[in-house]
Amino acid sequence: MLIFEHSRPGRLNYSQSPAKPASKSAIPQNLLRKSKVLLPEVSEMDTVRHFTRLSQKNFSIDTEFYPLGSCTMKYNPRACNSLAMLPQFISRHPLAPEDTGQGYLACMYELQEILKAVTGMAAVSLTPMAGAQGELIGVMMIRAYHESRGDFDRTEIIVPDAAHGTNPATAVMCGFKVVEIATDKDGNVDLDALKAAVGPKTAGLMLTNPSTLGVFEKNVAEMSRVVHQAGGLLYYDGANLNAVLGKVKPGDMGFDVIHINLHKTFSTPHGGGGPGSAPVGVAERLLPFIPIPIVAKEGDTYRWITEKDKPQSIGRLSAHMGNAGVLLRAYIYVRLLGLDGMHRISEFATLNANYLMAELRKVGFEIAYPNRRASHEFIVTLKDIKDKTGVTAMNLAKRLLDKGYHAPTTYFPLLVPECLLIEPAETESKETLDAFVSSMKEILQEIETQPDMVKGAPHTMPVRKLDDVKAAREPDLAWKPDA
Amino acid sequence: MPFIPHTKEDVAEMLTSIGAKTIEELFDEIPKELISGELTGVPPGLSEMEIARLMMERATQDGFYQNFIGAGAYEHHIPAAVWQITTRGEFYSSYTPYQAEASQGTLQLLYEYQSMMASLTGMDVSNASMYDGATALAEAALMAVRSHKTSRRILIPQTVHPVYRQVVRAIVSNQKIEVVELPYCTECGQILPESLANSNHEDFAALVIPQPNFFGVLEQVDALTDWAHSKNAFAIGVVNPTALALLTPPGEWGSKGADIAVGEGQPLGIPLSSGGPYFGFMACKSELVRQMPGRIIGRTTDLDNKEGFVLTLQAREQHIRRSKATSNICTNQGLMVTAATIFMSLVGPEGLRRVAAQSHANTLELVEQLVKIKGVERAFSGPVFHEAALTLSKPVVDVLSKLKQKGILGGYSLQEQYPELGNTLLVCATETKTESDLQNYAAAMQQALG
Repeated sequence: MLIFEHSRPGRLNYSQSPAKPASKSAIPQNLLRKSKVLLPEVSEMDTVRHFTRLSQKNFSIDTEFYPLGSCTMKYNPRACNSLAMLPQFISRHPLAPEDTGQGYLACMYELQEILKAVTGMAAVSLTPMAGAQGELIGVMMIRAYHESRGDFDRTEIIVPDAAHGTNPATAVMCGFKVVEIATDKDGNVDLDALKAAVGPKTAGLMLTNPSTLGVFEKNVAEMSRVVHQAGGLLYYDGANLNAVLGKVKPGDMGFDVIHINLHKTFSTPHGGGGPGSAPVGVAERLLPFIPIPIVAKEGDTYRWITEKDKPQSIGRLSAHMGNAGVLLRAYIYVRLLGLDGMHRISEFATLNANYLMAELRKVGFEIAYPNRRASHEFIVTLKDIKDKTGVTAMNLAKRLLDKGYHAPTTYFPLLVPECLLIEPAETESKETLDAFVSSMKEILQEIETQPDMVKGAPHTMPVRKLDDVKAAREPDLAWKPDA
Repeated sequence: MPFIPHTKEDVAEMLTSIGAKTIEELFDEIPKELISGELTGVPPGLSEMEIARLMMERATQDGFYQNFIGAGAYEHHIPAAVWQITTRGEFYSSYTPYQAEASQGTLQLLYEYQSMMASLTGMDVSNASMYDGATALAEAALMAVRSHKTSRRILIPQTVHPVYRQVVRAIVSNQKIEVVELPYCTECGQILPESLANSNHEDFAALVIPQPNFFGVLEQVDALTDWAHSKNAFAIGVVNPTALALLTPPGEWGSKGADIAVGEGQPLGIPLSSGGPYFGFMACKSELVRQMPGRIIGRTTDLDNKEGFVLTLQAREQHIRRSKATSNICTNQGLMVTAATIFMSLVGPEGLRRVAAQSHANTLELVEQLVKIKGVERAFSGPVFHEAALTLSKPVVDVLSKLKQKGILGGYSLQEQYPELGNTLLVCATETKTESDLQNYAAAMQQALG
């Protein structure tokens, strides 16, 4: 039932709005609204019930295991939320003077410093509001760098075929042409293809390492040399930073610009699709172009760095300071982890992934890159199963929902047929992984004995398989009272 | 170990299963020369008790003020239920609803949100959110250029939020789109439709129309919309969602209505929080929906013909179309939209109207009291919503600093962004301010200027 269907004309929550309509008004008649606003008129209790019930129709980390590749669904500590929502923090206006926000700015400054330390970059800007915006900002800096040198002919960005869709979409949004390069049989970027692709038109290469195939690009140093020699820059997509945090710094791998998904590696909540946060880090040569605002420390005082300090900056990409409250949650998380915790993230994420890969192989699943170590994630391919039984990766994913697990990432990366990209974050226990393996084994048996049942999954969710085609052909995108 | 559940026995058993001796061995594919060793610059870990103490100290250091700053972020009452429900783990820690059957809660909520925003803006459809108001405007500009096909120029009045203009410029210039700024009338604080009619602007894809504008002044939206349409350009409204409870919505501006409406969603139940996370909203006419960026939720049916909700029209998006997508946006501001949807449900149409009307009345009252003080004048003659520009006889910085000593954040100085306005202060009094708050402010202002 939609919230609108609980609505009755004239119902008002008197404690939630001014007691009576205001007497004073100076708005010209011709600017006043004449049409009704179709917000629901629902009691406070019914509103609470409605949205509580809706919440119960969701999977979430707090209720289920999410083996969701390249998404790093780890526990979101409650302390990060409650401390970021202290009343002084949430009531602070973004344009309040700096001296009324020294506590907040201190947190932001320290977060910048810690992110610099773990990534090996020269400076960090906290402003990007999601991974894709971090990418956009990173690629804009690459463009600004080339243009500042009078180099206007670099019109191409190279992207491996295994990359997230945001990489090519970002390059285009930034006005570049995308050159896609292939992956070799072991899951590495094809070095010869890269060598053939670079040239005087190369602005840069966007790389995720470990890649979305769940393996470390062994040739990253050579790739860095090839791209730099051609005059291009190296962009690090931090989607998989969780796999190497505390082990390898993107700065040491030769990257010139990176983004870090705080909603992955640094445990800020996914919130059903945001808010994300993706600080960008830069090497020395991109320092002049870094987006503002940034927090500086002078003596014991913190202040914003603005366009006056950074005249060549690519500018502002958010109305204020990015997703400030998300940054606060990430800060609290890194302080809880500390130095030792920071090293352990990648160790235990990698342990979980390699264990789960080994166990799934033992129960009969085919691993896409069986001769490689898993990073923090790995790929299972159901190609043979599909050829034999017609059961697809999507069917298996939906059947997992019935067993109480969120589906792994399916059909991504696009180059592995019938793939499941599986990432068990470090906060998952061995018991959880073992139970997941048992369920996967059960599904393998079901595929043999009752393939049609598996194809019809899910069976226990609030709805069964939904008609996507109808949704796209006859778009019903907003409720109307007469509908 | 914080948030890692593994016992020694677990680790031993797991390594045996893998066939490795140590965890270290699992990293043996990483070239040795890249391994960084011990990190420096990361402080030792804190317990929850210790971090709680640190954060409370820092919060206390920042303290509380009576806030009269608006300038794009507005203080409003937020019902307790909004964030108690929004931070339920099932909303807070859920993933983007790609697995529709396991995400019906979020998907239905987003559909309800889209319905509310479409009605509030007077448009046919809304997407499921953008990052913030500034990026929503930039995306609207890109969308207008994609749909227009012949012009790559956007007209933006200087009465649009200055940072929004900067963000738009930063984003659209990548695609060689030209941004032309339009001057405003320094008397009335508005864009004058007459001056546009006399201008030689012919070839442009869209005109941006703020309502209210950055000075809090109400624009002549009908004439501006009709003028844009007469030039075969789109009209993009950038609007305050609270104001829409009182003001003609963009979809009803002029004879045909604006084509795209965007804005900052923060006033709808999102705390000020030093600037984020907020959310941008975007709504449009149905003929433009396939050019809209971001996620869109549709209502459909399942195998049993039962109603359900899915992400739809995904052929616009980066995860399907890669380099041919309408935008690179992926993650948006889902949780903020959750809060806004609960907020709009709790206040309802009459509650939102009262919030808007009281904010308007409080600002009128504050301005009335302030202009009685010698050295305070209205900067503009145009009608206002819940914010107004005042010209002071003394430097705004000094006045603000004196007000701050009394615990009042007195407003936003327009001087830096609009040097031509001199000592001009932008003040905002929402429904959160009482009569005595307004009197205290006026008394403090009197002293500061005395």
